[in-house]
Amino acid sequence: MVEVRYFAWLRERVGTDRETIDSSASTVGELVSDLRQQSEAHDLVFSDLSAIRAAVDQELVDMDHPIANAREIAFFPPMTGG
Amino acid sequence: MSIDIRVQSAAFDLGAEVNAFATAAQGAGAVVSFTGVVRDLPERALAHMEIEHYPGMTEKALSQIAKEAMERWHLARVLIIHRYGVLAPDAQIMMVATASPHRKAAFESADFLMDYLKSRAPFWKKEVRYDGRVDWVDAKDEDEAALAAWKKR
Repeated sequence: MVEVRYFAWLRERVGTDRETIDSSASTVGELVSDLRQQSEAHDLVFSDLSAIRAAVDQELVDMDHPIANAREIAFFPPMTGG
Repeated sequence: MSIDIRVQSAAFDLGAEVNAFATAAQGAGAVVSFTGVVRDLPERALAHMEIEHYPGMTEKALSQIAKEAMERWHLARVLIIHRYGVLAPDAQIMMVATASPHRKAAFESADFLMDYLKSRAPFWKKEVRYDGRVDWVDAKDEDEAALAAWKKR
């Protein structure tokens, strides 16, 4: 089981800020493929990965990053702080 | 503690913060501060801005950025305050302050902190207009370019 969190417009479009899903994905990218199967909204949100950033256990990572033993995977748009 | 990171919804007193920072950095010689303010839209169309963040990761990311600046410019002290929640036009969103024995190091490191926290700290801004329109603020390509430039230096 993987704990997935969403922020900003991803949260709004997926319709939840967190969910636990049953996935045996070994990388962030594989998890994205599993998430796209969840609903039409999920599929649409993840259709353009260039607009999405990922964090594994609160560290920014690339899509090919392993997720072995990760507690929390987050997806969000490019950040706009400052 | 020479690195002070605060993530809060409450407003901060810019003058008091800069004064306290300068006092605590006694002996450093140069103090630079930058403040980000909510910019209105044309024709004063902005009702308010909403800032969302990722509690936990935000503090981690800001601490890493501050630590990197401390080491690279041998700073005496770093302060980052960043707000989240609902902010009215002209409200202060965030501030950074740096203290160093050298003016250039203080300026450069403050600039570096701003470039980094703009695209590496997990904050997202949303603009809510009086006419009901709501837009998430897009990240700019030039923000990523600014980061790449720091790596080359």
